[in-house]
Amino acid sequence: MSDEPTTLREAIEQAIAENEVLLFMKGTPEQPMCGFSARAVGALQALQAPFAAVDVLPDPRIRQELSAVSNWPTIPQLFVRGELVGGSDIILEMLESGELAKTLGVEQPEGLGTPEPAQPAPAPPMSIENRLG
Amino acid sequence: MVSPEELKDRIENGLPGARANVTGDGRHFQAEVVSPEFIGRSRLEQHRMVYAVFGSELGDRIHALSLKTKTPEQP
Repeated sequence: MSDEPTTLREAIEQAIAENEVLLFMKGTPEQPMCGFSARAVGALQALQAPFAAVDVLPDPRIRQELSAVSNWPTIPQLFVRGELVGGSDIILEMLESGELAKTLGVEQPEGLGTPEPAQPAPAPPMSIENRLG
Repeated sequence: MVSPEELKDRIENGLPGARANVTGDGRHFQAEVVSPEFIGRSRLEQHRMVYAVFGSELGDRIHALSLKTKTPEQP
């Protein structure tokens, strides 16, 4: 088990280190509070990729500290295996090109376009490896 | 009120050799930026370079800036 983080920044760094796929967003995956966050959730759901999410809205310091840690000014921010992948523009570009599936270690569904924000993803065409399992 | 023209000028002045195409409604903007400075850099770094032009205005005065970055060689 890891030590208790003593500061907000340490808590953020620990969350990034401990979650293989982590999305910092406005709102929750069930109820995104911003269109960009909704599109990021939609991209991950379209790939049936398991992910953890942190809502930055409850405390403005989360966003400040996160941007200081990541050197990235906007929300959402997707981290995979401790590395910043990007914000919603990059996430969507990578979804369409198949790079996101590759980064996440999942199969790219056939005929995948830009997903509707935060719609439940269709059933996968075949079983998909759950990397967090 | 922020205009797309202001963002275009600032991106083009802030990044050597950049050409920017910016649209937006005063709060949400979309920018396509082509710059030779992007060559050899990851998409993440390319976006960071454009964001750096605006610093803390992003998310504040400029509510949202959606980016597409390319090198001059990219179609």
